[in-house]
Amino acid sequence: MPKPFATVLETATSLGNNTGSWRTMRPEYVNELPPCNATCPAGENVQLWLSLAMAGKFREAWEIIMRDNPFPAIMGRVCYHSCEKTCNRGLFDGAVNINMIEKSIGDIALDSGWILPRVTSSSGKKVCVVGGGPGGLAAAYFLAKLGHHITVYEAHANPGGMMRYGVPRYRLPSKIIDAEVKRIKDLGVKIVCNKKISHLKDIINDFDAVYISIGAQVASKSDTVIKKGSCVIDAMDLFQKLEDNPADLAHFGKKVFVYGGGNTAIDAARTALRLGAESVKIIYRRTINNMPAHETEISDALMEGIEILCLRTINTVDGDQILLDKMNYDEEFGILSKTGETEVWQVDNIIFAVGQTLDTTFFDGISDILISENGAIEVDRNMMTGATGVFAGGDIVPGKRSVTNAVGHAKKAAKGIDEYLGGASEVPIVKNAVAHFKKLNTIYFKKDKRTNILRPLNLSFEEILPSYTNDEISREASRCFSCGNCFHCDNCYGHCPDNAIRKQQNGSLTVNYDHCKGCGICAAECPCGAIRMVSEEK
Amino acid sequence: MSNFPLGNIGGTPTVQSDFARPNSLTGGHRGCQGCGEALGARCAIDAAHQTTGGKILVVNATGCLEVFSCCFPENSWSVPWLHSLFGNAPAVATGVAAALRSRGQDSIRVIAQGGDGATYDIGMGCLSGMFDRNDDVLYICYDNQAYMNTGVQRSGATPPLARTATTLPNKSYLGSDPQTGKNLPEIAMAHGIPYVATASIGNIRDLEQKVSRAINIRGSRYIQIHVPCPLGWGYPTAETIRIARLAVQCGLYPLFEGEYGKLVGSTPVEEPIPVESYLRPQRRFAHLFGKNVSANAVGVLQNIANGNMEKYRLNWEILDA
Repeated sequence: MPKPFATVLETATSLGNNTGSWRTMRPEYVNELPPCNATCPAGENVQLWLSLAMAGKFREAWEIIMRDNPFPAIMGRVCYHSCEKTCNRGLFDGAVNINMIEKSIGDIALDSGWILPRVTSSSGKKVCVVGGGPGGLAAAYFLAKLGHHITVYEAHANPGGMMRYGVPRYRLPSKIIDAEVKRIKDLGVKIVCNKKISHLKDIINDFDAVYISIGAQVASKSDTVIKKGSCVIDAMDLFQKLEDNPADLAHFGKKVFVYGGGNTAIDAARTALRLGAESVKIIYRRTINNMPAHETEISDALMEGIEILCLRTINTVDGDQILLDKMNYDEEFGILSKTGETEVWQVDNIIFAVGQTLDTTFFDGISDILISENGAIEVDRNMMTGATGVFAGGDIVPGKRSVTNAVGHAKKAAKGIDEYLGGASEVPIVKNAVAHFKKLNTIYFKKDKRTNILRPLNLSFEEILPSYTNDEISREASRCFSCGNCFHCDNCYGHCPDNAIRKQQNGSLTVNYDHCKGCGICAAECPCGAIRMVSEEK
Repeated sequence: MSNFPLGNIGGTPTVQSDFARPNSLTGGHRGCQGCGEALGARCAIDAAHQTTGGKILVVNATGCLEVFSCCFPENSWSVPWLHSLFGNAPAVATGVAAALRSRGQDSIRVIAQGGDGATYDIGMGCLSGMFDRNDDVLYICYDNQAYMNTGVQRSGATPPLARTATTLPNKSYLGSDPQTGKNLPEIAMAHGIPYVATASIGNIRDLEQKVSRAINIRGSRYIQIHVPCPLGWGYPTAETIRIARLAVQCGLYPLFEGEYGKLVGSTPVEEPIPVESYLRPQRRFAHLFGKNVSANAVGVLQNIANGNMEKYRLNWEILDA
């Protein structure tokens, strides 16, 4: 067709006009680290399994948890869920109840009898795990999945360690431990119970590598003078008796004192109540706000009628009398001092829960192992001790002590052991930036309180906490902000004035840099902070 | 306000979240970075396209939208589209509708669109005539509250006390006089036409619903869409949606629907905010927050917002028709 007068160009669509050349800033989709994932001691991908739980894909969610933690049902009961403390939704209308969702998914897995795929490969390497607690069992699990042959030595009659002997049954029933440990046994892990390894040197030559997760077994010393101390019992002994010889506790006292401020002290106090004590008092040297015990544990204990006597230490135990020193605590400088006042109480039993330390005689005869001043085993980034092929984790290495931390150590150590045994070397993971609250656009979220569940008052050893129903799991998981990761809400696609976001039929979103002018609307309107504006390089 | 993202997270998906949306206004147009009008036009015409199965014809008035979308030899429209003059879009659309009717093709729906300059000022006579005759046209006004294309001159839609190139504030003058300006949605309602609505790109779900509803009504219909302009209003380009949202939340831009001259519904404002939160981020209102300005200046706008809250019952649920 001849062109009109003075016209030289063919008419066409504007799609050929690459307005991307105007841009000084470019949007990029990011995968930032959600605060929950960043803080999880076991390194779980919380956000990912929450998104699967929201979609009702509980099996898939469980498989994601199992990549990083072999004990979802146990974690959901005993983990101190630091994830919820950092959850960005906490700054909006209450953190997502991650712990409860994990417990519920863990329970569904046990009820449905989901099993792990069989390990088909074999490395031919033998690894010994000393200690059948959470750390040892988790290490066995991770190593067995890599095809190594694992033997776990456990001193007690049953595997589980602190999960069994450090957590009372009303929080964690035995059948849950048994079921989750069985899954690990089914991977081909050999668990030898009633076999205490007293010295590392006895076994070190029989295996290609050793993982030590024996925990801190010796009760810490306190300054208390014990003149006649038949009423004194250590919290760990109490839990162990309760588990293995409950008959010994038939005549437990009516007036019980517990000494300590940690979770073990709370557990011991609540256990005493369940053993028939009429009054249980916790003695703690600082103020209640300084108690290391978890907030919900303290409030549960108070709800059950346990008293907490703060700013006191036990000076002397003499038969059925205890002498308490009243203390002063300077919050600003953290200085504790005696006021000079004292008080005397009548008691039937005193439970000491002032912490445990490591029994270092285990390492006698192995010279390369470094033990720090405060009694922890020094390890490198692969959790290997000074002795080649000897790895350690859990309560015996520096850091926080919890079941979840022990699992995290075990995962790291398993990678280290695998590398040591000739497996692929781990490429150090560069951690993404954490997606903080200010990166989100919360206008797109409706206020929606967390799904609470009634915690009935129950002073027996039956489990207290019920589970979510399937609908409740999905509802609660849908409260996740998906911090720092796209959840396919299409806000960027719908709000771009330049059609510069492409959406595929499967929902995937990409930026068309030919047309993107770099206005930044997509990043501003992204609810989860999954788009970042970066300066264009010249 | 829209508490939900555009896709299927928490709400019903919008046309704009559909991977196969029509993209009536394609990429490569020459709208500024963060242009609210380009977004508003695509949302509105896509919604009409989706509702009618693509049986639409668009008549465009002169203005930013026309200039940036059809620089010869390129054109950004993927729908039948016609441009004539600044002031005559309603008249041209009337003619198009009459032609389609005479050919028995009145299932093809006619849309006329333009900016606030073409609607409030230059095309006002033609528009009023179109309403008067109740011609079968949906008129969509993209309201960015000044003549942006020619350099931000005041229009009849410019809000009181706003700075434009022709209302530059000085010591004794605070920008567009509060006694001037007009309320076109009300004028449209006064014509007694079947449907009048206001919408905002800060709430695309609501915008789409209004266009989808209006497109199939017979007779004259008027929809006015609030489309912030980063260049003319003076705010960072990324904030276009936020500014639109704030205008609705503070009550200065009430979202309502009217039928045959009566108010029949409004989009409730869940958590009203002071007008200052909307005014402060914009340079066109910066002079209201200078040192020697009486607090009364902002009060004038707050009174308007309060009046809107009451008049359009923004704290109410949807009213019965």
